[in-house]
Amino acid sequence: MGCALESRGSRGRYFLEFPVGMTVVEKILARASGLPAVKAGDVVEPAVDLAMSHENAALVMNQFAEVFEGTGLPAIPWDPSRIAIILDHRVPAESPKTATNQKKIREFVATHGIEKFHDIRGDVGGICHQVLPEYGYVRPGMVVVGTDSHTTSHGALGAFSFGIGATEMASIWALGKAVNIEVPATIKVVVRGKFGRHVGPKDLILHLIGRLTAQGANFRVLEFHGKTIERMSTSGRLAICNMSVEAGATCGIVPGDEETLRYLKEEARVKGKVPVILPDEDAMYEQVVEVDVRDLAPQVACPHTVDNVKPIQEVQGTRVHQIVIGSCTNGRLDDLEVAAGILKGKKLARGTRMLVFPASARVFAKALDLGYVHTLMKAGAVVMNSGCGPCLGVHEGALGDDEVALSTTNRNFKGRMGNPRSEVYLCSPAVAAASALTGVITDPREQA
Amino acid sequence: MSTVILKLGNDISTDDIYPGRYMATVLPSETPQFCFANRPEINAALNAGQHPPGSVIAAGENFGCGSSREQAVSTLKGHGLIIVARSIARIFLQNSINLGLPVVICRGLEAEEGQHLEIGPETVKNLSTGQEFEVSRLPEARQAILEAGGLIPYTRSRLKEFRG
Repeated sequence: MGCALESRGSRGRYFLEFPVGMTVVEKILARASGLPAVKAGDVVEPAVDLAMSHENAALVMNQFAEVFEGTGLPAIPWDPSRIAIILDHRVPAESPKTATNQKKIREFVATHGIEKFHDIRGDVGGICHQVLPEYGYVRPGMVVVGTDSHTTSHGALGAFSFGIGATEMASIWALGKAVNIEVPATIKVVVRGKFGRHVGPKDLILHLIGRLTAQGANFRVLEFHGKTIERMSTSGRLAICNMSVEAGATCGIVPGDEETLRYLKEEARVKGKVPVILPDEDAMYEQVVEVDVRDLAPQVACPHTVDNVKPIQEVQGTRVHQIVIGSCTNGRLDDLEVAAGILKGKKLARGTRMLVFPASARVFAKALDLGYVHTLMKAGAVVMNSGCGPCLGVHEGALGDDEVALSTTNRNFKGRMGNPRSEVYLCSPAVAAASALTGVITDPREQA
Repeated sequence: MSTVILKLGNDISTDDIYPGRYMATVLPSETPQFCFANRPEINAALNAGQHPPGSVIAAGENFGCGSSREQAVSTLKGHGLIIVARSIARIFLQNSINLGLPVVICRGLEAEEGQHLEIGPETVKNLSTGQEFEVSRLPEARQAILEAGGLIPYTRSRLKEFRG
């Protein structure tokens, strides 16, 4: 991989006869739409580089067949090599209905030769938002769509990546383009300062969502900049881009840099030259938000909205019954490392249970090799297979009436974990692990 | 004239409209039974056919936030409901247009359960209070899909252009 940072994409759009630069997403959409330049508000039809679905591919298939009804044209996807299907929401299947949907998906995948298919497996399986980066399916500058709102995750690798519904995916499978897309305005987020001990990317994104509110970035892009982001690992960037949607954002994006190239080369085993796309210096941002993380405390999102964020001091001591560490947000190797570090040689508090579900089979295997799984199990945690189930109350890990969960996942809506008479708090892996030892929300900075 | 059958606050999520545990059910013909399944009263009333098609849900800001699950749209559409909200989350709005669920964005909306609304292209009039509220036009980019009757007929109409 030639490691020189190369800025790709056109420049020189004119606004009131003065040249105006473009944001990263504007550059990506201009390239994908075959236009020299675009600006926020333009309507474009970008070619799609990667189209991801999970179990809801069953609905996409249904809608896809309907598109072709009565046309006399064969219902064949535009480009099977650009379609990815990852089974993760209910794995292994919890019901005959799910199992049958998964079976139909396998048949479709075989019929159309879809190679980026990750079945329920202990080697290549996992949660879609971890599998896509791990296997090098996502590169800087791509247009990525997914039938999952947390598709925002892949902006961590410099792609324009956004969530869509199943019918829109069926349209993309048919046409290869996303039709009638409005170029979103961009909010520039500049993050400075070094995180304190036991404070990290999850606390940053929770803090930001609290500031912006749940709809503060609706129809907008969050473009991340600043020294803190430059120093942040791809894992941390995936966490902040993942949760950008909780502020309503169409996508979160970190322009590609040395860390992006390192990740792609070393962890995703991508070969060859990878160009990255950087914003123009005179790009037009709708707003600039600055954050200094030097004095940031661990943050907790309280029931029942993700923007109900408080510094840990205000909620510590709250009784918790179930600790959850995992998901596409915080189920990666460094998250498990933090949890294992805090729990090593210790035991969960009585009356508190702990579920751990790694983000992918590959993460699980590495955590086994490094001893994290053993450490967590000895402390009393139940280590589950990789999947989405507990996060959204579809499969295992449901809460009892009046129970409280403290979770590293991404949503705490009423009923999210399967029971409307329960509560969910969201936090970082460090806060979750520290609280598992005490049975109450605990500041990890204050533990010995 | 449409009657408000349910008034909701801000940030009503797709988990609320269509809880995750029913997501294995995907077909629009089957999703209506689970509409607001975590709110037994409204769920039972809808399933008993107590509210005629054209009944209104009046919501606050950021209606439909969260998951991209399309069941949250098809379940409402299956009951013939109209959504009037102060603002709507992006994916839900797009899914509504794609599937043809009537959604009206009305920033200043004031409406209570039991009140009657007259919904026009430019304004929503609350017939019970006499108040009138301006309707925000949906993005221009969406008009073609709306006019085609949803994204499936729209895509079908463009198939030949892409596959000719």
